Amino acid sequence: MADKSIDEMSRSFAFTTKLDAIVAWGRKNALWPLPYGTACCGIELMSVMGPRYDLARFGAEVVRFSPRQADLLLVAGTITEKMAPILVRIYEQMLEPKYVLSMGACASSGGFYRAYHVLQGADKVIPVDVYVPGCPPTPEAVLDGIMLLQRMIATNQPRPWRDNWKNPYESNLIQAGSST
Amino acid sequence: MNRIDELKNDLDKHFKTNQYRFSHSFGDDVLEIPKEDVIPVLRHLKLNQKFDFLMDVCGADYPNREKRFEVIYHLFASRDGRRLRVKTQLAEGEHVETATKVWKGADWFEREAYDMFGIRFQGHPNLRKILTHHQFQGHPLRKDYEADRQQHCTDVLPIHFDNVGDERGDVLNENLVPLNIGPSHPAMHGTLRVMAELDGETIVRANCEIGYLHRCFEKMAETHPYNQVIPYTDRLNYCSAPMNNVGYCKTVERLLGIEIPPKAQAMRVIISELSRIIDHIISVGTGGVDLGALTAFFHLFTYREKVYTLFERLCGARLTVSMTRIGGMAQDAPDGWFDEVMAFCKEMRAAVDEIDRLFISNKIFIKRTQGVAPVSAAEAISWGYTGPLLRACGVNLDLRKTSPYYGYDGLNFDVPVGTSGDIYDRYLVRIEEMKQSIRIIEQVCKNVPGGDYTVRDKGIVLPEKKDVYGNIEGLMNHFMLVIKGLRPPVGEVYDATEAANGELGFYLVSDGSANPYRLKCRPPCFAIYQSFPSVVKGTMLADAIATVASMNVIAGELDR
Repeated sequence: MADKSIDEMSRSFAFTTKLDAIVAWGRKNALWPLPYGTACCGIELMSVMGPRYDLARFGAEVVRFSPRQADLLLVAGTITEKMAPILVRIYEQMLEPKYVLSMGACASSGGFYRAYHVLQGADKVIPVDVYVPGCPPTPEAVLDGIMLLQRMIATNQPRPWRDNWKNPYESNLIQAGSST
Repeated sequence: MNRIDELKNDLDKHFKTNQYRFSHSFGDDVLEIPKEDVIPVLRHLKLNQKFDFLMDVCGADYPNREKRFEVIYHLFASRDGRRLRVKTQLAEGEHVETATKVWKGADWFEREAYDMFGIRFQGHPNLRKILTHHQFQGHPLRKDYEADRQQHCTDVLPIHFDNVGDERGDVLNENLVPLNIGPSHPAMHGTLRVMAELDGETIVRANCEIGYLHRCFEKMAETHPYNQVIPYTDRLNYCSAPMNNVGYCKTVERLLGIEIPPKAQAMRVIISELSRIIDHIISVGTGGVDLGALTAFFHLFTYREKVYTLFERLCGARLTVSMTRIGGMAQDAPDGWFDEVMAFCKEMRAAVDEIDRLFISNKIFIKRTQGVAPVSAAEAISWGYTGPLLRACGVNLDLRKTSPYYGYDGLNFDVPVGTSGDIYDRYLVRIEEMKQSIRIIEQVCKNVPGGDYTVRDKGIVLPEKKDVYGNIEGLMNHFMLVIKGLRPPVGEVYDATEAANGELGFYLVSDGSANPYRLKCRPPCFAIYQSFPSVVKGTMLADAIATVASMNVIAGELDR
């Protein structure tokens, strides 16, 4: 070992890439999800984390309930009007880069609850990257959604919905008592 | 002399009953009284007629009547399984005296009636909104409120403690530490919010805020035909969805006056008991997670997945199955399904024994739960506890025994009962119930009745597809039922089943149209969770977390 220079040694296992690509590779394989499970989808999300489907295979087993430590918000379940301001606050507390996956019909569109107390989709208040259909979606569908998100991260896909997002309450897009 | 006449004779002695109306409809005893007499009569019924449980208080709105609102009290006598419905009418602006003086458990039910209908209860310790958000205007279950008229909420209600009867007011004590837990907190299961004031680590007072998953189930039921309500019931207690299907369909079938075929009954018993097992898996598993024991959760989830596979074989869905229809089941079980259920029972039996060793006899678990936050039997009854939590207090009450349905009386099983009502007993009861459910399933599977899986009444059940496409009569029946809808007779009925968490009741009012006029769901954990602030008073903060977990509060049925 001693007769080889450090430079020579490093050359034997080095490879070159773009900085963007290696950062994206790291991000996509180390997503830390915040499971925002509010309803039935939350139970199905337990199956995704559980022994048979095992989200850990995708590098996302570190479940964090603190938004400061998470970079993937899994909105699993109905978001009601009462819950919406809390969801926005949680989203704002997350650090960049951050991604949102909306799991199930309710989180994506309000589902079959066209009702007075249900927000018609989490994307009314926060920017959503991936929508997973189903009521609730099968764990396979959720894994598919996560893999789709990983491809988006790997290719650094532009996310205008994220870039143009404003807090709907501070920018008065949503007012108390109004309905949209 | 039947029971309603006995009741009339008894009340005649104590009250001026000339304005009272006694009736017996669809198997339920009903008593209609003027609003001034409600509390004296309820007190009398509790003390002298041994109606020890107030199962439900709810409102109903009839805009065309002279007195618009109706308040309905559902009483239950655990001694002989008798039920009585007490009703009173109120005009807008009138109020009725609160029943919290007689039963503590009336508290949240009356708040809900206030929130949904604007019915005022005089003397209620804390008559505030409960399910809708604080910026919500109006009362959504009134018939003149449109189902889809949303009202946005823009901020979160700050920490507050004004629901502890004798300590009203939002003024925080500056010598104590206010602490907010949830709704986004791992121990709060996503949608519960608990506020506590701490002296060191001891809880001086606590408060819970609910409604974060209020999905307007009852309003949705009023705007959908009877069979289309079934998917909504799935999402009440989503940990054991088939039990809600069964409870709802059983209620409608009672109003229709039909009895489902033996095979449908057997299938309903099997899916209900499988659901009881997987519900207790979630309860025990996540209860362990909240106390720091992850292993039991992962291990038990293996078996939950196996039940999902069985459900998938039966109907294609895993969690929200909607397998029942009014009149029976949606379809027959596939070949060999009952054998697969038997094989699962064998595996599950071994798994429950393993959990017994791994979890229930774990020293840390015992220290965290034994003797923690016990509830006495009298307290539990007063709050309206049912199910495993009530049985953990030593009360032997199980609807499968006291008012058997679907042939439970012919099956051999025991009802486990605890002694102290603490958290440890609640888990012991649940573990034992899983074993008993396995016993029930095995008995039913060994002897599945033959025959049809649904009734064949053309006004209730859609004809089979081969008839719809194969002959004109089938096509016509299909068309008529789809266009006209299933129309039960005018009337009302309250029916209850023993769900995994306790008594799951449905109060259904039909006006003869294709949609329910009013459907009130009586969720078991609603009554249980309202006792939380008083149960955890004076305990350590960590014990409060264990208490929430042991109550198995499912937001879907809590908030509906």
